[in-house]
Amino acid sequence: MTGFLTLLYKELLRFWKVGFQTILAPVVSTLLYLLIFFHVLKAHVEVYQGVSYAVFLIPGLVMMAVMQNAFANASSSMIQSKISGNIVFVLLSPLTYREIFFAYILASVARGLLVGAGVYLVTELFFETPIYWPVWIWIFAILGSGLLGALGVIAGIWADKFDQLAAFQNFIIIPLTFLSGVFYSIHSLPPVWQFLSHLNPFFYMIDGFRYGFFGASDFSPYVSLCIVIACFTAVSLLAIRMLRSGYKLRH
Amino acid sequence: MPAAIAVRNVCKYFGAFCALDHVDLEIQAGEFFALLGPNGAGKTTLIHTIAGLSVADSGSVHVMGSHVVSQYRQARRQLGVVPQELVFDPFFTVRETLRIQSGYYGIADNTAWINEIITRLGLADKANTNMRTLSGGMKRRVMVAQALVHKPPVIILDEPTAGVDVELRQSLWDFIRQLNIEGHTIVLTTHYLEEAEALCNRVAMLKHGKVIALNSMQNLISTMAVGYTLCLKLQPDTSLPPALQEKKTGCRNGCVELKIDNYTQIESILAQLRQAGIQIQEMQLLQPDLEDVFVNLMNSSLPQTQ
Repeated sequence: MTGFLTLLYKELLRFWKVGFQTILAPVVSTLLYLLIFFHVLKAHVEVYQGVSYAVFLIPGLVMMAVMQNAFANASSSMIQSKISGNIVFVLLSPLTYREIFFAYILASVARGLLVGAGVYLVTELFFETPIYWPVWIWIFAILGSGLLGALGVIAGIWADKFDQLAAFQNFIIIPLTFLSGVFYSIHSLPPVWQFLSHLNPFFYMIDGFRYGFFGASDFSPYVSLCIVIACFTAVSLLAIRMLRSGYKLRH
Repeated sequence: MPAAIAVRNVCKYFGAFCALDHVDLEIQAGEFFALLGPNGAGKTTLIHTIAGLSVADSGSVHVMGSHVVSQYRQARRQLGVVPQELVFDPFFTVRETLRIQSGYYGIADNTAWINEIITRLGLADKANTNMRTLSGGMKRRVMVAQALVHKPPVIILDEPTAGVDVELRQSLWDFIRQLNIEGHTIVLTTHYLEEAEALCNRVAMLKHGKVIALNSMQNLISTMAVGYTLCLKLQPDTSLPPALQEKKTGCRNGCVELKIDNYTQIESILAQLRQAGIQIQEMQLLQPDLEDVFVNLMNSSLPQTQ
């Protein structure tokens, strides 16, 4: 247990030491999204009865920040360690592949939740977002950041250079996040796009998370929960398998 | 007591390239062992296979009796490795690095031992300095400290003195020698053959992934070294008579070096120089050393194991 806790502590300390870049900067950039979209769209969009567009937008932006930062934490830590070579100190140690996996995932969850909490708290200075079911908020925030952390581990192991990691982020993570209903309800989309949104697992994370705030969502939170758990399990198993086989880590 | 390291019939391929070709090697506990060979001979691949950074395609490797794949946790607890590349984590100080490394091995509070290795490796005034700002030599010392945090009985150093200044090299060897006296098994690779000769009891030489020599240092030099080197400083503006030119192997510091097989040839050489009217200003006879053995072995194809 000490080995696992140490790796977790190291991963937490790693992002905490550069908190301006890893916590404060994403909070500020997410608030910029809120300001811009709110001012542009406030007169045009009302998704739920009696809920202003800004208040609708806030949970989506919080969850987007949670997911993107969870991904960034695991993937950047993994690829930096690989490229600088210091991953060798973990690989030489008796840490098991499960300990390595859970340490990276929990650190990603911690950073995701910290950034998400930061975004939420700052927005509450200007808006009042209701909280209907806190337990759904926590469940989807933890599972969502865990899933993105596992994807970050996979991307960090797979990528041989920063360029490939950026491609993974820009061509997979960001499109799936932006097209998951952060900025809109999918009921406002044409049928084809609605169908495609249903294939996007990120949609269910945002939708379930939003249910915790408004008690209303496009899908039942139980359905979303099942889908998110299934995705988390599949992605985690893949990440664990990569770590166990030593893919791109051990020759 | 099990062997410190037992490598049995290990093969390792990278695509079609055979990096380790049926390597058999046993290093006993308490030995100071040298693993030598030219670049690309397979030394680092062998070390990686022992440390679990590479997995052998066939054969088996045990560290202190534990299989490095099926019992990897036990095997890795017995082993400390100083990697060849200068690597570090730029986020942490020296002390944080060592505390984290201790934790990986399950040691929650290692303060006393960390303080001791920090002092013994001359890192005391850098303990709270970020790794990023240390010089190359200091980073190398931290890597040695990282390999020692869990007091492993077997320590492998992969070219630890490459690019390191003389002072650090000597203090590092004093420390490693002391660890060997205290009972640690030391395995070392280096391109400085005089270091290996001075420190190690036994040596294996690798070439193209094969062990081509495995013997005690003394036996290897006495059985494998061929001849002596006679160094002569001749009177200025003179050169060797043509009959002696074929024995010449080189020139160093104004002296010509002649290869001879035995002492009896010295008299004949001196006679030929006298006959040619050439005066000798200085003369020195060099005993064969590990470098001679290394050059002989690398140029021959016959394995020399014992």
